[in-house]
Amino acid sequence: MEWEIVIGLEVHAQLVTKSKIFSGASTAFGADPNTQACAIDLGFPGILPVLNKEATTMAIKLGLGIHAEIAARSVFARKNYFYPDLPKGYQISQFELPIVGKGYLDILMEDGTTKRIGITRAHLEEDAGKSLHEDFNGKTGIDLNRAGIPLLEIVSEPDMRSAKEAIAYLKALHALVRYLDICDGNMQEGSFRCDANVSIRKKGETRYGTRTELKNINSFRFVERAINYEVERQIALIENGGKVIQETRLYDPNKNETRPMRGKEEANDYRYFPDPDLLPLVITEEQIAAVRSQLPELPQQKRQRFIDAYGLSPYDANVLVSNRATATYFETVVTTSNNQPKLSANWVMGELSAALNKANIEITDSPVTAEQLGQLILRISDNTISGKIAKSIFEALWNKEGDVDHIIEKRGLKQVTDTGAIESLVDSLIAKYPDKVAEYRAGKEKLFGFFVGQAMKESGGKINPQQLNEWLKKKLA
Amino acid sequence: MSLTTADTKKIAQLAKLNLNEEEVALYTTQLSDIFNTISQMSAVNTQGIEPIAHSIELGQRVRPDQVTEINQRDTFQRLAPDVEAGLYLVPKVIETE
Repeated sequence: MEWEIVIGLEVHAQLVTKSKIFSGASTAFGADPNTQACAIDLGFPGILPVLNKEATTMAIKLGLGIHAEIAARSVFARKNYFYPDLPKGYQISQFELPIVGKGYLDILMEDGTTKRIGITRAHLEEDAGKSLHEDFNGKTGIDLNRAGIPLLEIVSEPDMRSAKEAIAYLKALHALVRYLDICDGNMQEGSFRCDANVSIRKKGETRYGTRTELKNINSFRFVERAINYEVERQIALIENGGKVIQETRLYDPNKNETRPMRGKEEANDYRYFPDPDLLPLVITEEQIAAVRSQLPELPQQKRQRFIDAYGLSPYDANVLVSNRATATYFETVVTTSNNQPKLSANWVMGELSAALNKANIEITDSPVTAEQLGQLILRISDNTISGKIAKSIFEALWNKEGDVDHIIEKRGLKQVTDTGAIESLVDSLIAKYPDKVAEYRAGKEKLFGFFVGQAMKESGGKINPQQLNEWLKKKLA
Repeated sequence: MSLTTADTKKIAQLAKLNLNEEEVALYTTQLSDIFNTISQMSAVNTQGIEPIAHSIELGQRVRPDQVTEINQRDTFQRLAPDVEAGLYLVPKVIETE
């Protein structure tokens, strides 16, 4: 039986406002418990929420970033449920009339084509507090610092057909909110959270199967694993004559499995109604135009420009635009290297990225500046140094030993391109290894590499590889 | 439209209210009366009238994104029945598996 996987994602993005969505309490991360929870966040009697303008601006930004309609009039609603980290007994959210309507994101597929993923809506709401389940004399501890932090819930259409597509969508959205500067995207700290709705159906079937909702997935890797596990579970269940039941399942990264969290029959009855404490939110065309005029170049546009202007592959372009700092760094390298985009891309994604990962450093704090890397690439492309030597110079740059030309000069690393010098080196090798020369001439062509290796060794890697090859071919023939 | 006692019990459960049988009977009658009133209102022709979310014909006012609140944890926690290490303590919340 061939099965089709159907995935929709709900993302909660914490907005990076200074104060909360309905109160003037601080949103700074890591404060002592409950020191940033004011009377409004605590749901004291007589309080009134007042909407944070910046939160609405950020929602408009996202809406424009996904080509969606921004509602001229949206309404806040109460979502009612009881949980100790929700002091009012309801969460202020949006239900029937969200601020952002239908939009889309184009994701890059493995074969280099793009696929359009629909976004159903995005709405503003307040976050809940945190429950600490460590034992406090048999009780649960509640920290309400997070209560009232603005969230944007972004709901996709069930348009994804594999865990890989889900990851691609999630990464595209992650890049977008960071470009827009509306969310820091930190999944570990919970500022970018993802729930996945997963179902399967027979290939060719048009109706959707019963879905389960996966929660507690706090990294890209876990999203993929959780979905794959859940798909396998559902297939096994159905193929053994069972039925998928609609439920919320918790992903356990330690056991790599999902398990039911709670029956939804009660939890689902949220009895939404318009919040009488808040008037409808009115957004004017002028407001939208003002936000639009300040939008930066967005990842999808940048990706296309990198492909068109620099001739990069869609894959490389996608990696480089995944965050703004990397894209900026790359473009500086291209400029300094006197327009060597392909080489620049290889160095940024290869050597630099590996070194940064190993040292666990962000690109913004890279010991090798973009200008230095650009200079290094310039020296490769103008044949001053070989690519191999460049790696050792990169290390020297990393260790702050000065600028590229200075290091080349100091260490005497200039590439040997003098024909006479190369010829005499080749001659000396032929004289030194007569047996190997004979073997080579007798047909053991693999030995060509041996001569290249010896030449590089004797010259300290400084010899120009193309010229060396030519001379070796000529002399060994 | 009439509610059944089962409806009332469900609503009470969602609202975390403990009702005895007498109260269930009483509220079933009262809630049914409210629903009957709504049914009568439903008979009114509202075609072409835009629904309103609020009785005041105004848009929501917004405030600038500034931190205006100071830490008043001690004051607030004096009212709480149980606190520890800055946390509000509540009966154990059990995540059923």
